[in-house]
Amino acid sequence: MVPHADPRVVQRGGSKINFREPVITKDSRFLICASGEYIKVFSTSTEECIHHLEGHTDRVTGLVLNPSNHLQVYSCSEDGTVRLWDFTDGILIRVLTTSNRPVVGLKSEPMLVSLTLPPSVNRNMKVSELSVLIGKVSPDPKCIAIGREGDYIASVKDNVLNVYFLKKKESYRFSLNNVGVKKARNVFNCVACHPKEDCIATGHGDGRIRLWRNFNRKKEYIYSTVHWHHSGVFALCFTPEGTNLLSGGLESVLVQWRYDQEGQRDFLPRLGSAITDITVSPDGSLFCTSHTDNKITVIQNGSMVSAIIQGLVHEDSVKTALMVDPRTKALVLNGKPGHLQFYSLQQDKQLYNLDIVQQEFINQSNLDQFEVVKAALDSCGDWLATVEQRNAKELEINLKLWAFNQQAQSFVLNTTIAAPHDDGITEICFSPSGQTTTTLVTVSLDRHFKVWQLTQPDPADDEEPSWSCDFVGAYHSLVPKCCCFSADGSLLAVSFQEVVTVWSPASWDLLTTLSQPPGVIQNLCFGRLKCAKYLLGSNDQNLLCCWNLLTCSLEWSTSLDVSLLLADPLSENVAAFCGTTKSTDLFVFVPSEPRPLFSQRALCSGQVTRAVFSAREDPLDSCQESSRWLNHSQLYFLTHNMDLLTFLTKTEEERLIASSKQQTIDDSVAMTPFYLLLGKHRKQQQEDQDILSSQSGERTLLPQGSVAIKELLHTPAHVLPAVSMLCSMFVSSLLLSASHSREEMQPPEEEMESEKEEDDSEEEEEKKETEAGHFISSSASRAGGPVLTKTQQTELRRVKKLDYNWICEIKDSTP
Amino acid sequence: MASFKPTRIQVYPKLGEKVTQDTLYWKNYKAPVQIKEFGAITNIDFSPLAPHTYAVTASTRVHIYGPFSQEPVKTFTRFKDTAYCGRFRSDGQLLVAGCEDSAVRLFDVSGRVAIRMFKGHTKAVHVADFTSARYHILTASDDYTCRLWDIPNCAELNLYKEHADYIRCGITSKLNRDLFFTGSYDHKLKLFDARVKKSVMTMDHGQPVESLLLYPSEGLIVSAGGRYVKVWDLLKGGQPLVSLKNHHKTVTSLCLGSNGQRLLSASLDRHVKVYNTTNYKVVHNFDYAASILSLGLAPGDESIVVGMTNGILSIKHKKTAEDSKDRTVRQKRQPSYRVFVKGKNYVPKQDDYLVSKPVKDYLAKYDKLLRKFNVSKALDAAMEHWSRFRKSEVPVAVIKELDRRGTLKNALAGRDEKELNQLLSFVVANLIDSRFTAILTTTAEMLLDIYQSTVGMSALVDRQLLRLQELLDKETEYQQELMEVLGMLDVLFASNLPRKEVAPPGSGLAKGAAVAGSRQPQIQAS
Repeated sequence: MVPHADPRVVQRGGSKINFREPVITKDSRFLICASGEYIKVFSTSTEECIHHLEGHTDRVTGLVLNPSNHLQVYSCSEDGTVRLWDFTDGILIRVLTTSNRPVVGLKSEPMLVSLTLPPSVNRNMKVSELSVLIGKVSPDPKCIAIGREGDYIASVKDNVLNVYFLKKKESYRFSLNNVGVKKARNVFNCVACHPKEDCIATGHGDGRIRLWRNFNRKKEYIYSTVHWHHSGVFALCFTPEGTNLLSGGLESVLVQWRYDQEGQRDFLPRLGSAITDITVSPDGSLFCTSHTDNKITVIQNGSMVSAIIQGLVHEDSVKTALMVDPRTKALVLNGKPGHLQFYSLQQDKQLYNLDIVQQEFINQSNLDQFEVVKAALDSCGDWLATVEQRNAKELEINLKLWAFNQQAQSFVLNTTIAAPHDDGITEICFSPSGQTTTTLVTVSLDRHFKVWQLTQPDPADDEEPSWSCDFVGAYHSLVPKCCCFSADGSLLAVSFQEVVTVWSPASWDLLTTLSQPPGVIQNLCFGRLKCAKYLLGSNDQNLLCCWNLLTCSLEWSTSLDVSLLLADPLSENVAAFCGTTKSTDLFVFVPSEPRPLFSQRALCSGQVTRAVFSAREDPLDSCQESSRWLNHSQLYFLTHNMDLLTFLTKTEEERLIASSKQQTIDDSVAMTPFYLLLGKHRKQQQEDQDILSSQSGERTLLPQGSVAIKELLHTPAHVLPAVSMLCSMFVSSLLLSASHSREEMQPPEEEMESEKEEDDSEEEEEKKETEAGHFISSSASRAGGPVLTKTQQTELRRVKKLDYNWICEIKDSTP
Repeated sequence: MASFKPTRIQVYPKLGEKVTQDTLYWKNYKAPVQIKEFGAITNIDFSPLAPHTYAVTASTRVHIYGPFSQEPVKTFTRFKDTAYCGRFRSDGQLLVAGCEDSAVRLFDVSGRVAIRMFKGHTKAVHVADFTSARYHILTASDDYTCRLWDIPNCAELNLYKEHADYIRCGITSKLNRDLFFTGSYDHKLKLFDARVKKSVMTMDHGQPVESLLLYPSEGLIVSAGGRYVKVWDLLKGGQPLVSLKNHHKTVTSLCLGSNGQRLLSASLDRHVKVYNTTNYKVVHNFDYAASILSLGLAPGDESIVVGMTNGILSIKHKKTAEDSKDRTVRQKRQPSYRVFVKGKNYVPKQDDYLVSKPVKDYLAKYDKLLRKFNVSKALDAAMEHWSRFRKSEVPVAVIKELDRRGTLKNALAGRDEKELNQLLSFVVANLIDSRFTAILTTTAEMLLDIYQSTVGMSALVDRQLLRLQELLDKETEYQQELMEVLGMLDVLFASNLPRKEVAPPGSGLAKGAAVAGSRQPQIQAS
C-alpha cells in the first residue's frame, strides 16, 4: 500500500464554535470565533461564514483584536503559537512562538499579555520574554479580566479573587467564606471589570453577582450582591460605556443590569440553552451570546435576536443513530434537548431543528426531561419515526411518526402512539421502500417486537392515513436486541439474545432461526446487492459471524471485537468498527470475499458507536485499492468525545484545495454567494462604464451586447418575451462584443503590475511617443476617437489605477 | 428567542361508533310512530304510485296506510284465516293476498270485496305477486307448488312442482313478463320462465330461504335464509357473489334503499342492518324492540316501516327541512360573516406600504401562568377550566406538565378546604379513567402525603377521602375479577392456537418451536 494514497481521517464540519468567546470586529460587521484548529469569520448580518483561517496545528484557545490595528486579530493555540491575522483578507501576517507550553487564553491591552496554563502564568511581551504575573489561575479565560485602562488584572479561582496592579506590581487577594452548606456553592465562576470605573463584577456558582469596589486597599474593600439567577452565573460582561452589566447562566436568559441601579433589570428569555459567554461589540450595539449547544446568538440593540449561528449540536452522547436524510443529504441526529437536527455537511451548517417533544424546555439541572432516544428515516425520506423517553418514576415512552410535507418542506406529525411498549425501545427500523406498504419495526426490552403499518382510511371519510400496530412478535420470551430488514424488504431478522430469528414480512411467519453459540448478538446487518444472501452478526464473545440465508448455515466466522457493523447502501461493502475502549480499528470488507478491502488500525481513541454512510453527489473514480470503497459513499463516524470524523481521499483533497484557491477574492465586502453572483457582475459593469466614459468618442461603436444584457437583466422577467425568442438575439450580441471584450480585459491586467513596472512602462511609452511624434494610431483603438494628449493619457491611467476602497470605508463608517 | 411552547393537551381518540356520512343519513329520522296490530306482521308492501301508501298484512287483515296517517285508510278483512303477502300491482290499483286457507284473493284498492278468488292450492299460500304483464298472478304455497293465474278469466295458466318443501318467498321480474323467482325451505331458489314448463336456474342457499329481492337491473338477486344473506349473479348463471353473515338470528326480510345503493336486511335478532351495495359492508344498524318479520322502505327513503312479531308496526319518517329549521331559530343569533372578515379582504394598492404586524400568540390562562412559573395559580386556572367545561384532559395535562417540572408538590400544597375539596373531587372523578390513572395516582399519593396531618379537621375533605377509599376498593375488586377472566381466556387461547413447528434448517443449528404472537390491533391516531 502506498502511504500517500491512503484516505486520511479528518474532521469535516461540525466543529465547536462556542469553545471560546467570539470577537466582534470594530465595525460590528464580523464575528470571529475559534473552531477547532481553525478560526472562522462570520458575517453578523447574514450568518454566513466568510473566511476560514487555517494555520494552527492544534486547538485555538483565544482570540483578541489587535488594539493598534482593528483589522487584525491575534489568536493563540495549544500548539504554543500566537498568530496575527488579517481577517478581512484571511491572510496570516505573523507567527509568534511562545514556548512549548500551550497557550490557553489571551487578553489584550496596549501590550500583549498572554496567560498560560498553571502552574506557570506567563506574560509575553516579546516572543521570548515571559514573566509570571499571577500564579495559579483557572485555565478558563472567563476567570481573568483586565481592568480600567489596563491598570490591573483580576483573576478568580475557587473562592479567591486576585487583583494584580500592573503599575504597582502588587497583588491583593480577597477570599469568600466557603464553609457551610450554602456557602460552599459560592465559588467564583467568572469575572468582568468595569471599563470606566474601579469596579469588578464576579459571578458565583450560587447565582449571585458581586460588585467589588475599593479594592485597591487590602482591608477596606466593599462588595454589594445582586441576585436573580437560580443557578450559577457563567458569563458576565460590561457594555463598553459601562452603563449595563450583562449576565447569563443555565437559565438561558440574558439579564441586563443597570449599573448603579441594580434593581432595574431587563430580560431576554428563552435563548435556547445555557449561556457560556457574552461579548459586546465595541460600539455597544451588538451583543453576542455563546451557548452550550454550539450556538452563537447575535442580539441587536439589547432586545432583538438578529442572527443565530448554529453549529452541529454536541450533546454528551448521541442517542439516536446517525442518519442521512435522503432529501437534503443532511446528517440527522440528536440536537438540542427534545429536537432532531438536520445538519448539512456540504455547507457545514445546520439546516433546521425539528421539535420532537414539543414541550417547553425547563432549564434546570437534575430534572427528568423527555429525550429523543431513537429515530429512523425511511429510504425515500417520506416518513420519520422517533421515540422519546422520559425516565421519571415510571418510564414514559412516545412513538411519533412524522410525514414529510411537500408544502412546508418539513416533517409534520402524523401519529403519536403513547406507550407503544412496556419497556425501553432498543431498535427501530423501517422496511426498505419499493413495497406497497410502509412498515416500521420496534424492538423493545419488554420481550416483544412490534410491527406498525400505515393504514389507509376509508376514502369516504376525510381522514389522513395513520399508523397502527399490525403484529406483535416474540420468541421464547427472550429479550430482542437488534432488527434488520434485508435490502429488498423480503426478510426481517430479529436477534433474541443468542438466536437470530428470520421472519417473513408478508405473512409474519417465523421462517427460520440461526444461532451460533455462545454470545449475545450485538449487531446485525444484511449484505447488499450481490451479497444480499448474507446476514452478518456480531456477538459479545468477540465473534463476527456470516450466515448464508440460502442454505441457512454459517458461511464463516472470525474473532473480531465488533462495536459497530454498518452496510453501505450503495455497494456490497460492510464496515466494521472494532475495538476496545482505548482505540478503534476499522475494517471494510465484502461478505463474500475473504480479504478486507481496507483496514486501519488505531483509527481514533475511544469506541465508535455511531457511524453512517452518506452517498456522494458525484462519485469519485479513484482506482486506488485502498480508497475505492469510498467512491460512492462517504463514511462519517462519531468518536467517543463527539467529534465527527470522516475519510478524505487524495483526489478529494486536491479538489478541495483547487476550490479554496478559487475562492480567495479580496474584497472588504462580505463574501456571500449572493455577492459572488451579483457583485462580480456589477463590478464588470462599472468597469465597462469607466471604459465607456473614457471612450466617449466611440459611442457609435458601442458593443450591442452590453445594452442587450442590461435590458435583459433589468427588465422584469414577466414582461420579457419568451426566452426562445430572445436567445438567438442574446447569443449574437454576445458574439459581437467578444472582439471588444478582449481589449477591455487589458486594463485590469495592467493594474496588477507593480507600481515600479508601470512607471517603467510609462517611460517606455513616453519614449515611444516621442519617437512616433503625434502619430498614435496604434493606441487610438483603445483610447477612443478624440486623440488625447500624452499628459491626459497618463492622468487617465492614474485615475484608473487609484484604489477607491477607502471611499467604501468612509461610506460604511459614516452612518 | 423562541416563543413559549404551550402545554400540549393530549387528544384521546373517540371511542365507539365512527360518524360517517351514512350514520348521519340514517339517523336523520324522527322518533318512530308505533301502531298495534292484531297479530304478527308478516308483510309490508309499498304502492309504486304516489302517494306511496303501503299495505300491511297482519293476522286476518290487510291494512292500507297513507304516508303520514296513523290510522289505516283502508282495511280488507274478508279473510277466513291469517292473510299473507298483500301486494300491490305496478299501477297501484289492485292488491293480491294469499291466505292460510289456500285461497288467493284479488282486491280493488278502492273496493272492499274481493273481485277475484283463485282456488287451486291445497295448503296455505304464503306468496302472491303480480307479474309485470299486469294480468297474471304468481302464487306459491306450502303444498310445494307455485302457479301462474290469469286475472280476467280466473284460470290457472301454469303449475310448477319442483320444490321439495314449503315455498315461503317469491318475486316476479319487473322487466320480463315471464320470469319469476321462488325460494323454498328446501334451501333452493329457482328461476322459472312461464314459457317453459321447467325451472331454468337453481341456486342452493344452504338454509331455508325466507326472503328474496331483485336488484332494479335484475342482474343480481339477494336471498335471505338462516343467518345468511347471499347475493347471486344471474348473468353468470347464478354464481354466488357474496355471502353476508351479520345477523345472529334468521334474516326475515330484505329491502333496497337509496335507489339501490343500500341494502337493508331485517332479522329475528331485532336489528335492521344497512349495507353498502358496492362493498357489502355494514354502514348502519337499527335496533328494534322485538323480532322483526317484515320491512319496508318508502321510495326516496322517506320512511322506514318495520313489522314485528308482537304485532307492533313501527314507522320512522325522515326529518324534513322544516324540522331542522325549527332548531336553528332557537339558537342564539351569531354575528354575521361580514363582521369576521371586516377589513381582512382588503387588497393593498400598488403604492401601499405594508406594515407587518407581529402575530400575537394567544396562550391559555394556565399557560401564561406556567410561563411565569406560577405553578399553584396555573393549577387553579386548570381546575377552573375543568369546573366550567368538564374537560378532564386540561387539568391532567397541566398536572403532567407540573410533574415534569418537578413542582407538582409545590402546586398541590398550601390549599384551603375549598380548593382541596375541588382537587380531591377531580381526582375521584377521573382516577379510574385508564388514560389518566398513572398521573392521578401520583397526585393522589402526594395529596395524601401533604394533607395527612389535617385528616379529621374538615368534614368536607373527609367525605372526599372516604369516597376515594371506596373507589379504590371497588377498583381493586374489578381488577381482580378481570384478571381471573383473563386467566380463563389464556387457557382457552392456548388450547386453540395451533402450535407451529419451525422446520430445522439444513445445518440443524436451530431447534425449538416458536409461538407466533397473536395479532393485536393497537391504539390510536393522533
